Amino acid sequence: MIYNMEFETLPKEAIEAVQLKRLQAVVERVYATVPFYRNKFREAKVLPEDIKKLEDIKRLPFLTKQDLRDNYPYGLFAVPMDQVVRIHASSGTTGKPTVVGYTKRDISTWAEMMARALSAGGASRGDIIHNAYGYGLFTGGLGVHYGAEKLGASVIPVSGGNTQRQITIMKDFKPTILTATPSYTLHLADVAKEMGVDFRTLDFKSGIFGAEPWSNKMREQLEEDLGLKAVDIYGLSEVMGPGVAIECVEVRNGLHIFEDHFIPEIINPDTGDVLPIGETGELVFTSITKEAFPVIRYRTRDITRFIPEPCKCGRTHIRMEKVSGRTDDMLIIRGVNVFPSQIESVLMGIEGVEPHYQLEVDRKDSLDILSVKVEVNEDIFSDEVKILQNLEKKISHNVKETLGVSVKVKLVEPKSIQRSEGKAVRVIDRRNI
Amino acid sequence: MKVEQLSIFLENKIGRLAEVSKILADANINIRALSIADTADFGVLRMLVDNVEKAKNTLRDRGFTVGETEVLGVEVPDEPGGLYKILQNLEKEDINVEYMYAFVHQSGDNAVMIFRFDNLDKAVEVLTEKGFTVIPGSRLYSM
Repeated sequence: MIYNMEFETLPKEAIEAVQLKRLQAVVERVYATVPFYRNKFREAKVLPEDIKKLEDIKRLPFLTKQDLRDNYPYGLFAVPMDQVVRIHASSGTTGKPTVVGYTKRDISTWAEMMARALSAGGASRGDIIHNAYGYGLFTGGLGVHYGAEKLGASVIPVSGGNTQRQITIMKDFKPTILTATPSYTLHLADVAKEMGVDFRTLDFKSGIFGAEPWSNKMREQLEEDLGLKAVDIYGLSEVMGPGVAIECVEVRNGLHIFEDHFIPEIINPDTGDVLPIGETGELVFTSITKEAFPVIRYRTRDITRFIPEPCKCGRTHIRMEKVSGRTDDMLIIRGVNVFPSQIESVLMGIEGVEPHYQLEVDRKDSLDILSVKVEVNEDIFSDEVKILQNLEKKISHNVKETLGVSVKVKLVEPKSIQRSEGKAVRVIDRRNI
Repeated sequence: MKVEQLSIFLENKIGRLAEVSKILADANINIRALSIADTADFGVLRMLVDNVEKAKNTLRDRGFTVGETEVLGVEVPDEPGGLYKILQNLEKEDINVEYMYAFVHQSGDNAVMIFRFDNLDKAVEVLTEKGFTVIPGSRLYSM
């Protein structure tokens, strides 16, 4: 169901008119209130009044993760602190965390985006949402929560962890919509199985999965094993949080970006040039309605492409393909670009192979060695070593065939790859470069 | 005639075999025969135990991947050429040995070998016809 019929089905010209008006306003505002933007615009020799048409956005300089870190914690806030009602932060695993703020109106805009997203994902008033995204500094939990309330659905704020209790809640409270990271969902499914609960007999219609890239093969597996429709949701705290883009449950092919609030671009990550529509590159966002923490041309490092064809669901907002990886998750193995999600697709394509996997990269005698750990379950186990070795060969053959890179397959015992309650750790890179 | 054998996937890590034997010991299960096939990274532990169901469930509960395979326990004359006689007859019938290992106890004057053939039913037929003794599981577990 379309939550905001008026705005989600605007004709292209009308969307562009809204975008231009809002872009001009936000550029003017950050120029006036954030010294960082003022200096950057001056360096790039562009002033707010130079933004006369939508294409002029190209003249504006990019904003990077490093810029966010350099301005830690509040340097990029565009309103005084007494208007900020909420603060979130990214985990900061690779450096200082990045801190984002929201005004009262931002929180309400975000709730609207999330209500649209949940609605597109199959939820409506009367549904019970089991929200297993983490509550806290991470935007996932509270983002879904406010959207669910705005939509008028019942939300169970279960957060991540305490997995056995979650299964009991699923059985007893009968939630109809699951929101979680795909990797935690796999863990939930494992625990349910151990407890003798068939996930497919639970009441879930849809699962709205995001916060990490996952493949279409994974979708097939989740839908089959869990008996629900698996919908991809996209968002990042720097731009807002979850609810920047969403797949519609009817089509489940590409995520609609809420273009009345965000201007997306796809660029060549090396040159920064905007790519023709349909080409694959790095996704860049400008938030045009946010007050406390607007971003102008933020480089997400996520790799995707636009799908220009209109969608059957009736939404006119442009779709982007499922994110295939991140420029910083990308491994360069002996000169070949490899995304973990590509390996995932290969693994999911082999009968019986578990969706739990981990990649390890080592460097031996200045040569990169990529290993993939695969758990041996009873479907693929054999008492004959040669059959297991053939499986290893088959996996490495398929990876080589698809990605053009050699991989060493390591069969490991079940449950020996660490399960995550949030985002999965897919890659361990031990090269010292 | 066939015997249920359990197989367990083990990573080549210190203490894994000890772990399995401890789990079985704690469950009061006796290992009657055992062999390990290994590669650089992993091994497959194959064994005959006196309580197959209990062993299987206990190991599964402890997170191990457990497989079940049917094998044959065959009496082998304990003399030069004893094994050859058996293999010769099977080769003629085009039956392949996937793997084999020794059983701990003797059966009378004969040794006992555990065999996994690619065609188990035919192997039983050929061996019985040629006068070899295939030992049923019930007897093997309590020998």
